[in-house]
Amino acid sequence: MEKQKPQIKVGSIKRLLSLLVKAYPVMVPIVAVCILIGAVTASLPAIFQQKIYVLIGEWMESGDWAGASKQILPLVTTLACFYVVSLLAGFTQSQLMAIITQGFLNKMRQQMFSKMQNLPVKYFDTNKHGDIMSHYTNDIDTLRQMVSQSLPTLLRCIILLTSVMCIMLWYSLWMTLVVLLGVFAMLKVSRKVGSGSAKYFIRQQKSMGKTEGFIQEMMTGQKVVKVFNHEPQSRKDFQAVNNELYEDAFRAHAYANVLGPIINNIGNTLYVTIAVVGGILLLSHTPNIAVSCIIKGTVAALSIDIVIPFLNMAKQFTGNVNQVAQQINSIAMAIAGAERIFELIDEEPEVDEGYVTLVNAEIAADGSIRETAEKTGRWAWKHPHHDGTLTYTELKGDIVMKEVDFSYVPGKPVLHDISLYAKPGQKVAFVGATGAGKTTITNLINRFYDIEDGKIRYDNININKIKKADLRNSLGLILQDTNLFTGTVMENIRYGNLEATDEECINAAKLAGADDFITRLPQGYETMLSNNGENLSQGQRQLLGIARAAVGDPPVMIMDEATSSIDTRTERIVQQGMDKLMEGRTVFVIAHRLSTVQNSNVIMVLDHGRIIERGTHDDLIAQQGQYYQLYTGAFELE
Amino acid sequence: MIRKLLSCVREYKKLSIFTFLLMVGEVLIECLIPFITAELVNRMKGDLEISRLLTIGVTLILMALVSLACGGLAGYTSAKASAGFAKNLRSDLFDRIQGFSFRNIDKFSSTSLVTRLTTDVANVQMSYMMVIRTAVRAPLMLVFAVIMAFIMGGRLATTFVVVLPVMIFGLILITRKAMPAFHRVFRKYDKLNESVEENVRAMRVVKGFSREEYEKKKFAKAADDICDDFTKAERIVALNDPLMQICWYFNMVFILTVGSKLIIESRGLDLDVGQISAMLTYGIQTLMSLQMISMIYVIITISLESMRRIYEVLQEKSSLTNPENPVMEVRDGSIDFKDVSFKYSEQSQKFALSDVDLHIDSGMTVGIIGGTGSSKSSLVQMIPRLYDTSEGQVLVGGVDVKDYDLVTLRDAVAMVLQKNQLFSGTIKENLRWGNENASDEELIEACKLAQADEFVSSFPEGYDTFIEQGGTNVSGGQKQRLCIARALLKKPKILILDDSTSAVDTRTDALIRKGFRKFLPQTTKIIIAQRIASVQDADMIIVMDNGRIVTTGTHEALMASSPIYRETYEQQTSSQGSAVSGQQMEGAEA
Repeated sequence: MEKQKPQIKVGSIKRLLSLLVKAYPVMVPIVAVCILIGAVTASLPAIFQQKIYVLIGEWMESGDWAGASKQILPLVTTLACFYVVSLLAGFTQSQLMAIITQGFLNKMRQQMFSKMQNLPVKYFDTNKHGDIMSHYTNDIDTLRQMVSQSLPTLLRCIILLTSVMCIMLWYSLWMTLVVLLGVFAMLKVSRKVGSGSAKYFIRQQKSMGKTEGFIQEMMTGQKVVKVFNHEPQSRKDFQAVNNELYEDAFRAHAYANVLGPIINNIGNTLYVTIAVVGGILLLSHTPNIAVSCIIKGTVAALSIDIVIPFLNMAKQFTGNVNQVAQQINSIAMAIAGAERIFELIDEEPEVDEGYVTLVNAEIAADGSIRETAEKTGRWAWKHPHHDGTLTYTELKGDIVMKEVDFSYVPGKPVLHDISLYAKPGQKVAFVGATGAGKTTITNLINRFYDIEDGKIRYDNININKIKKADLRNSLGLILQDTNLFTGTVMENIRYGNLEATDEECINAAKLAGADDFITRLPQGYETMLSNNGENLSQGQRQLLGIARAAVGDPPVMIMDEATSSIDTRTERIVQQGMDKLMEGRTVFVIAHRLSTVQNSNVIMVLDHGRIIERGTHDDLIAQQGQYYQLYTGAFELE
Repeated sequence: MIRKLLSCVREYKKLSIFTFLLMVGEVLIECLIPFITAELVNRMKGDLEISRLLTIGVTLILMALVSLACGGLAGYTSAKASAGFAKNLRSDLFDRIQGFSFRNIDKFSSTSLVTRLTTDVANVQMSYMMVIRTAVRAPLMLVFAVIMAFIMGGRLATTFVVVLPVMIFGLILITRKAMPAFHRVFRKYDKLNESVEENVRAMRVVKGFSREEYEKKKFAKAADDICDDFTKAERIVALNDPLMQICWYFNMVFILTVGSKLIIESRGLDLDVGQISAMLTYGIQTLMSLQMISMIYVIITISLESMRRIYEVLQEKSSLTNPENPVMEVRDGSIDFKDVSFKYSEQSQKFALSDVDLHIDSGMTVGIIGGTGSSKSSLVQMIPRLYDTSEGQVLVGGVDVKDYDLVTLRDAVAMVLQKNQLFSGTIKENLRWGNENASDEELIEACKLAQADEFVSSFPEGYDTFIEQGGTNVSGGQKQRLCIARALLKKPKILILDDSTSAVDTRTDALIRKGFRKFLPQTTKIIIAQRIASVQDADMIIVMDNGRIVTTGTHEALMASSPIYRETYEQQTSSQGSAVSGQQMEGAEA
């Protein structure tokens, strides 16, 4: 694992830490201090213990507790004081850590979400939804473990190890070397085993994803599986992915589980080694080299009083290394998670250089426009110019495309030389095969994607100059797949205009022909919808989608297969409302069903990104071109 | 419930028990090591003899090796056993789901099934591993350490009388308080993630209405709310460490003070320094094992919810069962409905189908017309017994569908579902769902009949073209035609197309129907359609409304007799005067 771009990993850790510090500039240092206090006080008892033991040895012969207690009790009291401090530090640390961990995760979550909202539609078109989702679930979860446990443990162990190391050096260099040898062995082993475990954990993650993908596909296609009696086959396929996952999971956990015992027993061996080496050194009366000796300038032989504390310290060392080793996997996973989170956060956001905004307007009889704060039902584009002047243009819904070229992938043009104009109140229809570029044109008008060449003007303003939010607010969008949100029916309609009253929402529903079925729902407009309105039929959802767009009262509407799932009979029933809805608005319609587009002011027939025919229904029929063929196709055969 | 889940351990039972034994070994040695080390320390204090030291050292190292063997092996076996358990759980779940009827499938949403198979199983796997590794270890360690402490420490051990109840009581209190809080939070957390998913899916809507800021606010509110709850819960759990510290510190101070008093007063007769050290070690072992036990408890309770969700699926009885002496052959493609009524769930008030009586001769072409929600799909789903009737009987080839072997019946009835799906794999692989052993020629033949051969051949890789998950790289109309070809490969006695050509242009649609007529004269063909043009030439057209058959007849007869039919027809027919119906098209490729 070390071989794979280690710099980036260090970078992500650094970034994560700096984010953490920035998020809690006061708390994080406090916690660090608490950890420091905790770690230092944890390394002290050994000294007190040793001193007390020595005292016990001194007073044991006399049996005079009263005398001994004068020396022992102060020591114990000091120790108790240290403990009180350590307890306070421990309490503060654990409470603050709880706050920091959750707060930090919350911040990351919100940062991701905010960022996600600002990403261009392209991001969502090119990334799998499950993948985006896993940022919020798996990746955040890995951070949780890392922040709440791994980091404090790591910090604590580092401090503890350093302080123990200092104490060791103070007593004896030789013995320290022995301990270091043991630690070196532990590190070596944990790195080896740890990297094995990390390797399999990553593999496990991958096969987990694969299994999940398989299950997902099979679960959604379960009915197809049944219809084809395909159960045995899909069982067999599942066994294969399932076994693969099992192998990786088993290996990953086996490595992780084995690490603890290994380090523990290296620790035991180290213990013995210290005792034996200590014994040999004692017997051979080897002169001790130690910081304490150097400072005092004395040379003394190694004594038993030095060797025994070493045994305890070696134990402490082992315990700490083991704790760090236990965190290796979660750290490795958290780094991977953090990297993925940063990837999302670093994603290029949707740029908006627009400066023309939409304002409420009062329009005087002479046509002059004045901006007002209150709702007037009339809107105007507020257009600041370089010289500091402002002009107002009434919002009418006049859209012109001029020689527009576009491609999703550079070099693979989807639209060629598209020119069209839609006068306010006109209905413009696009027909053509899947992939001909119908939806793409509408994607360009609301700037989900930006054109490559050419111009789009809205009320004679280049749409690139219009603030995206305002541009989109002026365009009602109705898509084939109506996505609804968890909430009541009313709330879902109000999504189109957050300020709409209940009455306005109901009126919009009536206009869309949705009122009828809504009132028949168990709780009418207050019926809760969940899971994308799963208990509504596709057609009912489309009607809600239309109502949602209608309540916004936009001057321009884009209807992309908006009525495809409404059967023709129902469509006819809602037709009146739809006609009323479209009245006075510029409407772009995409539809399979030619009857839906027949009464358009102009119909564009698209083929491979070009407009090949245009005109009214009658014109096109008279032309006897592609449209005519599509229209009459069924009858050529008879 | 737990017993039922544990029964999935199966072949890994031995390994699990083995893990227990290994853990016992490890604990024993772990508890013995302090003894030996005390001996080692004493040796060093007295007359130092290297040979004695070495003997003890070697003993210790040998013990370490045994402990390593036990611990390491236990790590291995527990990993294998728990991963295996998870594998079995997944496999059992998957098998169970494969045996589900449509009614069962409707009950669980597909996302919830996916979570059950992944996250929930992973949770259970983790807690299982935890349990087999520590469930024996922790209590054993606790008992052993307490006993040793009382043996060695004598009066000193009274400290445990104080510390243990405090620790136990504290842990119980913390867990009691924290668990419900966590349950609440987890539920909210799931909801939050669902709302993110909703947002990702509906991004076009969010952006189209420029509701980014609104969504951010909404999310921030929900996320803050969860953060508060989470923090509260975690802060309760965070009391664990200070609790441990208090007990441990009390222990330390008590033992050091009382211990030194005892030693000095008795002049080292009652107690010695080595015993004090040992007492401290046992103290920490006791507290740690207590903490571990409480952790096991927490982990199990957290995974309890997961267990329940898994159990729910495992317990779910398929609502369709094979008869005892099934009929293994379908004679012909005739279909009869006798007073059939049907509702989707027993609780629901409304019948999806009411009083349906119908006879269809083998080889007939039948069209079904009706508005959204008129139960056209429900009607045909009775035929391959995707659902069972609530009342009445459905007969295929003169035999009640309930008397057939399910596989036999469904092999004879091919159905192209409205909600179609292709699976990731090549086109060939997808087509072979219909017939595993179909030759390439048969595949092509079926595709020709479904009007799919032309576009498949136009792909650079032809029939080996890879279909992405969900069939996203073919158009809607192409997908539908592939699904029809897939169904044709079954060579069914009855072929049902449930609005399966809605995205296919009219000309191709007509060609497909023409092909059926010519090449599948023996097969009963049932076509559900929205446009009348698709069923106009059928031998019989069924008009449905609100779960009932309104009328049946040929196009001409219905035009004369049925107002609904005529109305729909006229609506679909253009105002041009020519008999052109409202059309859908897929377009230029036709």
